[in-house]
Amino acid sequence: MNPALIRVELPAHLRTLAQVGAEVTLRVDGQVTIRSVIDALEASYPALNGTVRDHVTQLRRPFVRFFACGQDLSHESPDAPLPEAVASGAEPLLIVGAIAGG
Amino acid sequence: MADEKVRVLVGTRKGAFVLTSDAKREKWDISGPHFAGWEIYHLKGSPVDPNRLYASQSTGWFGQLIQRSDDGGKTWAPVNNKFTYDGVPGTHQWYDGTPHPWEFKRVWHLEPSLTDPETVYAGIEDAALFRSSDGGQSWHELSGLRKHGSGPHWQPGAGGMCLHTVILDPSDSGRIFIAISAAGAFRSDDGGETWRPINKGLRSAQIPDPTAEVGHCVHHIAMHPSRPGVLFMQKHWDVMRSDDAGDSWHEVSGNLPTDFGFAIDVHAHEPETLYVVPIKSDSEHYPLDGKLRVYRSRTGGNDWEPLTKGLPQSDCYVNVLRDAMAVDSLDSCGVYFGTTGGQVYASADSGDSWAPIVRDLPAVLSVEVQTLS
Repeated sequence: MNPALIRVELPAHLRTLAQVGAEVTLRVDGQVTIRSVIDALEASYPALNGTVRDHVTQLRRPFVRFFACGQDLSHESPDAPLPEAVASGAEPLLIVGAIAGG
Repeated sequence: MADEKVRVLVGTRKGAFVLTSDAKREKWDISGPHFAGWEIYHLKGSPVDPNRLYASQSTGWFGQLIQRSDDGGKTWAPVNNKFTYDGVPGTHQWYDGTPHPWEFKRVWHLEPSLTDPETVYAGIEDAALFRSSDGGQSWHELSGLRKHGSGPHWQPGAGGMCLHTVILDPSDSGRIFIAISAAGAFRSDDGGETWRPINKGLRSAQIPDPTAEVGHCVHHIAMHPSRPGVLFMQKHWDVMRSDDAGDSWHEVSGNLPTDFGFAIDVHAHEPETLYVVPIKSDSEHYPLDGKLRVYRSRTGGNDWEPLTKGLPQSDCYVNVLRDAMAVDSLDSCGVYFGTTGGQVYASADSGDSWAPIVRDLPAVLSVEVQTLS
């Protein structure tokens, strides 16, 4: 099976940091999950290491959210399969900075 | 002197700014914001390679980054941002006295080595000292500090349990001073392997034992490089002095109108001339009577004079944070400080007169100065 090509949309600060546009395309081997997508994101853009999930705990940062297909997937297990539309590349996984702060 | 210039590195709540001027320090070029929208707790240049800068960049959304510049701040590249405590981190005390696990939060201060541009120290929250020997590509904790024995009793100050001050002794490569809110000051004499508290003489009425070995809310420490055994401290309350490398301290608040404050620094050429910015109190973080006054002592403390020329003397309610004061080393020593109101003030005459370089930056967290030739 060919690795999936996953679309990921990044928040503005992380686009600046990774020097990319709003959306990046990642090649993900195996099951498409939050964990495997972020593994691929960090491997392709090392500047993003530790910015979406904590280096040590590997947990999502509290003010980061994962949306896709109109659903909030932030509280799903990082090892749960992402929706088929994301896995097929039809829909992007949205990494969102929470509305907070000043 | 004609070819000399100064570069002021300003960290703010919403980015970094680089201010440059010739030796007259009258006209300034302002570059920034760099890392727009991010908190820049501190940025500082290497004394041996002034084009090598390190910056601490963070937000509550995306955590901590470390940036490095090799061209004096024109361009930057992120380096390693992984700060992992050595071994099982254990616990310190929480505000309520209960044990609380050590957790990395952010880098407060970056102190480049005096001899090697690839080596830099990072003071972090929750309090620990890290070192990189490869230009920030990897970080390793000097865990003898956190593990020397008193760590489980350290408590955070109101701003968090931060290691905010790192001073390297130019006469002794093994000697390092650090300070933690609210644990106190510590010294290593073996390059950071082993540590001991140096808080004898400090008195803090806010803790159960006012003269305890640890638990003092040290806000900042300054040293003149020609006399590394003499230290000046702005404690939560009290301005203190040590003449024996921190083995003992005595108060030099003297005639200050209030001895609460954060920033303290020493004149570049006069080791007995020091500067503080008195702040009203621990519950009112702004200048007394709405007057922004730097106080200067030319006698190593105790006798202080207010410096007001060019500074607002009414309705001023900004704060000056602990890392937000610095001096240059031009013949006529320049003194600089930034405020939480976004002003960066400069004096080209040792504090006699002041003028704002810029008035409307985001809240200033840190100010460092490089004197370039």
